[in-house]
Amino acid sequence: MTDLLEPRAIGQALVRRDGEAKVRGTATYAYETPVEDPAYCHPVQATIARGRVTAVDTTAAAALDGVLRILTPFDAERLASTEDAEYAVLQSPEIAFRGQLVGVVIAETSEVARQAADAVVVTYAEQEHDSTLAVDRDDLYAPEQVNAGHETDTAEGDVAAAMATAEVSIERTYSTAMYHNNPLEPHATTALWDADAQFLTLWDSTQGVHPDRAAVCEVFGLDQEQVRVVCPYVGGGFGSKGRPHANVMLAAMAARALPGRPVKLALTRQQMFFLAGYRTPTIQQLQLAADRRGRLQAIAIDVVEQTSRIKEFAEQTGVPTRMMYAAPNRRSTHRLAALDVPVPSWFRAPGECPGMFGPEVAMDELAEELGIDPVELRIRNEPEVDPETKKPWSSRNLVRCLREGAERFGWADRPRGRRDGDWLVGYGVASSVYPTMRQATSTATLRFEDGRYVAEIGAADLGTGAWTILPQITADALDVDVADVEVRIGDTRYPTASVAGGSSGTNTWGSALVVAARAFRDKFGGSPADGDEVSGDVDQAAKDDAHAPYAFGAQFVEARVHADTGEIRLPRLLGVFGVGRVVNPRTARSQLIGGMTMGLSMALHENSVWDPRIGQVANHDLAEYHITVNADVGEIEALWIDEHDPYVNVMGTKGIGEIGITGTAAAVVNAVHAATGVRVRDLPVTLDKLLPGLP
Amino acid sequence: MKPFAFARPGDVAEAVREVAAEPNAVFLAGGTNLVDHLRLGVARPELVVDVRTLTSREITDLDDGGLRLGAASTNSEVAADRRVWERYPVLAQALLAGATGQLRNMATTGGNPLQRTRCPYFQDVTTPCNKREPGTGCSAVGGYVRYHAILGTPGALPDPTAPETCIATHPSDMAVALAALDARVHTIGPAGVRTIPFVDLHRLPGDDPSRDTVLEHGELITAIDLPPLPEGTRSAYRKVRDRASYAFALVSVAAVVDDGDVRIALGGVAHKPWRASRAEEILRGGPLTEHAVRAAMDAELAAAQPQPGVESGNGFKIPLVARTVAATLRGLTEEQP
Repeated sequence: MTDLLEPRAIGQALVRRDGEAKVRGTATYAYETPVEDPAYCHPVQATIARGRVTAVDTTAAAALDGVLRILTPFDAERLASTEDAEYAVLQSPEIAFRGQLVGVVIAETSEVARQAADAVVVTYAEQEHDSTLAVDRDDLYAPEQVNAGHETDTAEGDVAAAMATAEVSIERTYSTAMYHNNPLEPHATTALWDADAQFLTLWDSTQGVHPDRAAVCEVFGLDQEQVRVVCPYVGGGFGSKGRPHANVMLAAMAARALPGRPVKLALTRQQMFFLAGYRTPTIQQLQLAADRRGRLQAIAIDVVEQTSRIKEFAEQTGVPTRMMYAAPNRRSTHRLAALDVPVPSWFRAPGECPGMFGPEVAMDELAEELGIDPVELRIRNEPEVDPETKKPWSSRNLVRCLREGAERFGWADRPRGRRDGDWLVGYGVASSVYPTMRQATSTATLRFEDGRYVAEIGAADLGTGAWTILPQITADALDVDVADVEVRIGDTRYPTASVAGGSSGTNTWGSALVVAARAFRDKFGGSPADGDEVSGDVDQAAKDDAHAPYAFGAQFVEARVHADTGEIRLPRLLGVFGVGRVVNPRTARSQLIGGMTMGLSMALHENSVWDPRIGQVANHDLAEYHITVNADVGEIEALWIDEHDPYVNVMGTKGIGEIGITGTAAAVVNAVHAATGVRVRDLPVTLDKLLPGLP
Repeated sequence: MKPFAFARPGDVAEAVREVAAEPNAVFLAGGTNLVDHLRLGVARPELVVDVRTLTSREITDLDDGGLRLGAASTNSEVAADRRVWERYPVLAQALLAGATGQLRNMATTGGNPLQRTRCPYFQDVTTPCNKREPGTGCSAVGGYVRYHAILGTPGALPDPTAPETCIATHPSDMAVALAALDARVHTIGPAGVRTIPFVDLHRLPGDDPSRDTVLEHGELITAIDLPPLPEGTRSAYRKVRDRASYAFALVSVAAVVDDGDVRIALGGVAHKPWRASRAEEILRGGPLTEHAVRAAMDAELAAAQPQPGVESGNGFKIPLVARTVAATLRGLTEEQP
């Protein structure tokens, strides 16, 4: 148990410190970094899904005015490490997926680079490829573990026996689509190799300058002292910039091929559908067994999903089912198909986002079967302790969120198959969850400088608010006005910081800053001298292993479905969350609403349509890959309850970046079912799936 | 993108001459479709001739009570013109259902109907496409066909390897309304001026999917005329799409109804805006009851060919378009006092 910081700046809805620069366009993003005489890169991508490059004819491309260099698998520098196949760019002629990098053109302008890339002629020896995910494949395998170090399978009791004897049981298959991250700012890098100093500078759009540097050092065999990564601003990441992708290695390689000349590389929107990671499609087989009163006797999820043949990423889709509801018999499994597809990776709330779809729709189906209010069904299955670890919760306020949300939403008076003119109306509910994490490494320095407190930490602000809230935390830890605190982030010249991922940034960096602030006060008291400086590590912060730390929430959706056409509109979304202490209501609300918006986008629209004949996403641009728009929805509201959690960290924060996207899609599906009677188990919910069931 | 020459001639005649003289030349107006295709490598012209300021931007009354839309008038201007939204609401609604405010500010009356048919494989130069590279085959058949045609395709399932195969749809909302309004297209070309009924402007793939319209190389639209409508005519445009804005139609319906007569054009179902002539014929003179409309649409859609493909193909369009026509006509008849 920790005495939480007394909130003074914490809790204030301060405006974003970087807001004005962003609005005025003076905030500098990676590709815009002002450098002298830059050259421009354009990648060449494979047009087959499996096989090998037999020849690359660069004659026509090289003849174009302004082309500086063309790198191919046959002449690119050999990397120090090719262990990570995603990063081993241009190291081999083998093709493992369509869109793989097979070259790069470096030219005086981006236009010439692109034109020349089009003029590079690549010849292939093509092989049969296999890119179809199916639950009945005979080559599914169990990975050693799934993302974030979770166990692949878990089991307790006897699910089969409970299913056979329970008063009510349901067994259903659900699926989520393939999703591609599309942050507004594409993956982009400006890179400069100083050959004399043997020093690489990367201005890269990343969720973590230090993890980015570590990956680049490994691949190129450089020492950390030889690489600097700078990233003050990120135009969205959502996990896709959490680990560097091949584009970063290609940019570094291009810079090293042109020493002394800065090079710029930004992926096009289309290229992002091949090279920047994505969320695997998931197939979720759910089993629920219950007694007539709705007490779960068994809960099981068996997940099938995909990874690439060259690099494994196992989304932990079954993980939230392990802890969400009480039931004596439980099972979760993950099986993967390794396919000739691009490499999947992190996408906002890996695991919890798809993993709160199937189970939360299944709970709605069970409630319907039992004739029990779905809010009440969830409340009846509230576990006293974490069913997985048997540890007590650090705090769990799911029931409060459900009740508060139901009250505010008018759940008790919910329409059942009501028709309003041409529209069918229904309400739906689902739970949200996200684990509270803190990373093991992060360091902050704190210095007294010209009458102000200046902290430095290599943290990242993805548009989330770190520039603003880290000073709030530091000010309270120092007991000074927030205006007297500056926190500098986004540069490997600052002390090591963990990735902005797993909703752990504030928990981790904030803890390090508090350690530093307290050490500073201990050492220098209340009247420091100019230049006084200390550093603090997150591993010195109080840590609790005795409790299961999670944030919870409940989401409510009103759906209207056009009775003639099946078009779906959502007049209202309400999320009520228990996320610990909120550092800044303004940025927090933005995070939660952003997550919910992404969740409704997943529910109604997002779908990377896989064409297995050619092995690529058919709709690989933003005209065809639909992201939700304002006109789809009326009001999105995010609220939080007061929650005091003394176990998570000294700020009492749980992390808010990801919980908003969890459960939303299930709530939408459940609302559409309430409106139409049609149960859609395969996302997205589109009108063609509703038409057969409409009047 | 391939470099090209850019010309900004002084008048229409010169523009026509310049394009006619270069086999690989194109006109540029608002550029909302062409510029995309230049960037994607779908369009690879040697010469781009800017005609934006050469044709009229005026919307003028015609002696017969109709309206003339100058080719350079923008989609925004036409949609906002009082005469248009009072007399031709179907057109104003169609324009406002298309694209975004920014695009509508650029897109023109002459250019909008000439946007290319839409298909993700046409737009992806790494896949075969008969429209982009005649004779290479059609990648859409059996692929991602959610936005593809169900009408005007061969009776049986198309052969993806045949050089004439194309199942793309025309994406313009405006064009569907103009087809229902029996608009007339004025052009000037190397062979002089002519007037083309709007319903004849676009063509089915036939034996040459590379051609979307009947216009000859170097032929330029100068104006589009809207014929007068009888007193009491009602019209509406209904667009059904996967998201509420900024999306192309899955299907759309332009309907014009006056005493005893009904005109119906369909979008998102064919290589061209599809005039539902069979349904119109069946409905002419009779009451527009739900039953009658459904029966008429059954006849219209008798030859519809659903395309199989990934994610269950596009067979849903058949019931969807019938339901949308019924809903649109219901709306127009119920509104009557």
